[in-house]
Amino acid sequence: MPRSDIAVTDSLESLSILDEHGNLDRDLEPQLSKARLLELYRAMLLGRRFDERLLDLQRQGRIGTFPPIKGQEAAQMGAVFNLRPSDWFVPAFRETAAEIWRGRSLESIILYFNGFNEGGLVPEGRKDLPIAIPVGSQVLHAVGLGWAARYRQTDEIVMTFFGDGATSAGDFHEGLNFAAVYQTPVVFVCQNNQWAISVPVSRQTHTPTLAQKAHAYGMPGIRVDGNDVLAVYAAAAEAAERARSGGGPTLIECVTYRVMMHTTADDPKRYRSEEEVAQWQQRDPLPRFAAYLQQKGTATEPQLAEMETGVMEEIQAAVDAAEKRMGELGDPLAMFDHLYAEMPPQLEAQKSALARELADGGKEVDDE
Amino acid sequence: MTTTAGTMRKLTYREAVREAIREAMHKDERVFLMGEDVGRYGGCFAVSKGLLEEFGPERIRDTPLAESGFTGAGIGAALGGMRPIVEIMTGNFSLLAADQIINTAAVLLHMSGGQFNVPVVIRLATGGGRQVAAQHSRSLEGWFAHIPGIKVLAPATVNDARGMLWTALEDPDPVLIFENSNLYNMEGPLAVEAGAVDIDRARVRRDGRDITIISYGASLFKALEAAEILAKDGIEVEVVDLRTLRPLDEATFLASVARTHRALVVDEGWRSGSLAAEISARIMEGAFYDLDAPVARLCTAEVPLPYAKHLEEAALPQVAGIVALVKKMVGGHG
Repeated sequence: MPRSDIAVTDSLESLSILDEHGNLDRDLEPQLSKARLLELYRAMLLGRRFDERLLDLQRQGRIGTFPPIKGQEAAQMGAVFNLRPSDWFVPAFRETAAEIWRGRSLESIILYFNGFNEGGLVPEGRKDLPIAIPVGSQVLHAVGLGWAARYRQTDEIVMTFFGDGATSAGDFHEGLNFAAVYQTPVVFVCQNNQWAISVPVSRQTHTPTLAQKAHAYGMPGIRVDGNDVLAVYAAAAEAAERARSGGGPTLIECVTYRVMMHTTADDPKRYRSEEEVAQWQQRDPLPRFAAYLQQKGTATEPQLAEMETGVMEEIQAAVDAAEKRMGELGDPLAMFDHLYAEMPPQLEAQKSALARELADGGKEVDDE
Repeated sequence: MTTTAGTMRKLTYREAVREAIREAMHKDERVFLMGEDVGRYGGCFAVSKGLLEEFGPERIRDTPLAESGFTGAGIGAALGGMRPIVEIMTGNFSLLAADQIINTAAVLLHMSGGQFNVPVVIRLATGGGRQVAAQHSRSLEGWFAHIPGIKVLAPATVNDARGMLWTALEDPDPVLIFENSNLYNMEGPLAVEAGAVDIDRARVRRDGRDITIISYGASLFKALEAAEILAKDGIEVEVVDLRTLRPLDEATFLASVARTHRALVVDEGWRSGSLAAEISARIMEGAFYDLDAPVARLCTAEVPLPYAKHLEEAALPQVAGIVALVKKMVGGHG
């Protein structure tokens, strides 16, 4: 046998529709109604303003650690905007705008980042998983949900999110491989925000793109400008349609940027330059989309300003409600709940012991 | 077994597990089996032999070789309303799936404020004694029994191998079933009408008045064999089969120790930080004043299991060792 080339014909596309200078590719422009465009913009705006408010609250000591999403609103909203309520949404932990769009209340998010599990509840009937903290672990849950959807012969699809760091984790590779082998209806959305805490994407991979990893598993991959909501929407629409019609999974790499810190416990000044951040801020997805809406005649500047006022009021109301609610929560005995569907006797005993200890200020323990 | 011979039949532990899977698949179409080599090959311990032909590839799923992958997918399928039986070929490989088991399956209900049950059943072959060397001979069940949020079962008898699976599948929480691989070929009696059994109680497998041996899995039979030998010397051993390693049914073994006043734990795990250590501590806490002798433990030597047969046998708890230890405990303080 001679040494010969194997023709690997997979090609990789890169997609941009509305660039940072406002240039629009009209041939590729998704046809969204005025109402849908405004919904999309509002969801991005709400995500942005809520994120900013959360950071204020955190700095004031009114919530705990949280991962800001600023700069990534287009990458997540453009994708999740394609889901039906009957589809599954499987987030990592930096998809707050998408979670809100799916129906999670702002109040619940404030509660959650204050440490109350009550805030982790997904609204009734909504097919969303809670946020996943172990990096990449949720990719596999999405695959399993996809299997289940296919087994039940529904047309449900699953969309899961993860970052560039997760593409180095075994669960990402195992998940993509499984999904491709079994042709499960999953859309894998990578928010490549350039940084996994302090490690740049160049240290995560030697490949020029993350999207091309799809080819190793035999599924289509596409790289999109993650700050161009129209491009993300278009790529995800295609992937969702492919999954729904039995065409299997897709990997979408959204090239975006984490403008803020990894979490509020991190200081990004230690590992990246302010120039780099400033450069990316020129590519901010929100003003880009706002300018598009105005040029298109979808909304006037005063209308967008009015929308902003409404968003701010909604956020304030949620903060007030959450802070009121927190006063009613926090019974330490509640930590024993929900460990098992039915509490085992030994856990019951530990709960009672703590209850006695709390009631007696520890006296009983000393007596024993 | 008190049932008359006419209503009993004999089958192997392996056949009992297979029957349990078959029955579950027939009873509930949400049940499916997934894992490495479970389909065409019939499972590396031949447990699922014939099931692919009976149920087809949608329900008997051969997966790629990736334990975290198929365990995580199983968790996802469970969240999507299915009742997966995930077979991890051996407990040794559960290390590769530990993040999915411990960081997702065990915590999701709690972290979601009671919203997301993970009704997945994970079956794992466990134990040493088959000359497959250190990396394939681990007994990690005690280690998993440390984790709140999961249930850990160790069926020893054919009846439990047959009956625990269905109860585990009906349980809304994640359940790990450790099947000691030395037991697959063991034949045992099973009532014709045998069905689901509880998964929250230990059982006294032999009554005795002089000492209680607490054990589970394959070691249970070593304890029973030792009890038989000791009976000839007039030492009456009570043998408790834990059956469920988390949550532990301490009431049963504490009551037994209160009757016999002596306790020996036989556990294939390593003694430091082990399940045997936990049981010993519970006896100290719950039956200290009933004791006539210190609680003793017979565990595997704290070394990676040797490959060579004679060395492996020396490392694992054996019948002779149990007999000698019990004689010392009973004779010395009798």
